[in-house]
Amino acid sequence: MPKIHIPTPLRQYAGKQPAVDVKAGTIGEALNGLVSQHPELRRHLYTEDGKLRAFVNVYLNDEDVRYLQKDATTVADSDNISIVPSIAGGR
Amino acid sequence: MAAITELKPEVANLSNDEILRYSRHLIMPEVGMEGQIKLKAAKVLCIGAGGLGSPLTLYLAAAGVGTLGMVDFDVVDYTNLQRQIIHSTADVGRKKLDSAEEKLKAINPFLAIRKFETRLSSENALEIFEDFDIIADGTDNFPTRYLVNDACVLTGKPNVYGSIFRFEGQASVFATEEGPCYRCLYPEPPPPGLVPSCAEGGVLGILPGLVGVIQATETIKLILRSGDPLIGRLLLIDALGMKFRELKLRKNPDCPVCGKHPTVTELIDYNEFCGIRGEEAPVEAGVPEIQVEDLKRRLDSGEDLFVLDVREPHEYQICNINGHLIPLGELPKRVHELDSSREIVAHCRSGVRSAKAVNFLRQAGFKKVHNLAGGILAWADRVDPSMPKY
Repeated sequence: MPKIHIPTPLRQYAGKQPAVDVKAGTIGEALNGLVSQHPELRRHLYTEDGKLRAFVNVYLNDEDVRYLQKDATTVADSDNISIVPSIAGGR
Repeated sequence: MAAITELKPEVANLSNDEILRYSRHLIMPEVGMEGQIKLKAAKVLCIGAGGLGSPLTLYLAAAGVGTLGMVDFDVVDYTNLQRQIIHSTADVGRKKLDSAEEKLKAINPFLAIRKFETRLSSENALEIFEDFDIIADGTDNFPTRYLVNDACVLTGKPNVYGSIFRFEGQASVFATEEGPCYRCLYPEPPPPGLVPSCAEGGVLGILPGLVGVIQATETIKLILRSGDPLIGRLLLIDALGMKFRELKLRKNPDCPVCGKHPTVTELIDYNEFCGIRGEEAPVEAGVPEIQVEDLKRRLDSGEDLFVLDVREPHEYQICNINGHLIPLGELPKRVHELDSSREIVAHCRSGVRSAKAVNFLRQAGFKKVHNLAGGILAWADRVDPSMPKY
């Protein structure tokens, strides 16, 4: 099953897990699977009208899915999906 | 890439003392005399003299960068010392700029330092950036990061970016002519409340060391024009797994600031929601509050008050006032542990999370809930000075 990597700031909404396996054939299915397993994540990943938030990017392996086929991008069992939010710390 | 300042005759040679100092650079072909003179002519501006700024400026100073600008308005406090290695215990209470200048000058007396004791804003950013070739972003908040990025795009100067959260870091080089900018990656900053606040966040002390040294490396490569800079690549650093991953970044043609039809054409001051000094956001209005002195008096007189601590278990271990621990995130599913007929006082570290808890409980039908104003920090300040603060 494809693996979704959860970044530290969002792990608290995903049962504190660093990665979640989901059964999915596309990026959209994978993210849907993730938020149905962890409903609290939905608000952090999507706006109220269902769009991915502007400070969250989704990568399939090392490619930004915005430059692939977005939600329709197909994923294989061996793929790594990463959620990459902006972080700001530095002091 | 933005033009690096043309070499002026007065910096176009090295003294014998400088040659000795930089000999390990001079004997390697990738730097050599030519590279060392480029370093000497370079003017690098570092935003923030904290966790990232410490290793970054220490290494740039040692390497022979000629002019370092630093923007900071903070003073050193005890909680900085776990990671901000440019400052020492004796510096607590001093301006960070003064403390940093002393250390940097001690390492390299040939260094010229320009101190900007101010908060970077839309008013001053372009003017401050003007005299520098490269900007290194070592700030700790989203508004300043967007400001730095936009000012870099507008002035055509590369933005050597690094940021950290707990044990994860990100690094890249943004806003070069050919490469993407920060807004290509993240068009807008997150709205308040959707990212953990700074005080809830925490950071592994060595992490800014790792990331700041990567920023220093990239800065030096840009000056030398050698190697493959992190342009169009986002480096993800996981210190816990000690894994470095790399993601591809593309210049977004629809980018609001560096795209073909930019909508951001001047600098924006986003509202601060995660205190620049690492404070939490202000408490929401309209939440019923109780002061620490009142709580103490009422507990001492034996009143039936239920103290609810909504912090995390690891915070409870640092200090507590014997409250019943239910972390804010677990409150919805553990609300049955609470008796709505009793009077409840909720507290956290500073009062922000417990205000959310109070709002939640009131919506859930609890009538007698109060927020402890100022949280356990206020308790430590005003009721029990022996209690540790964090």
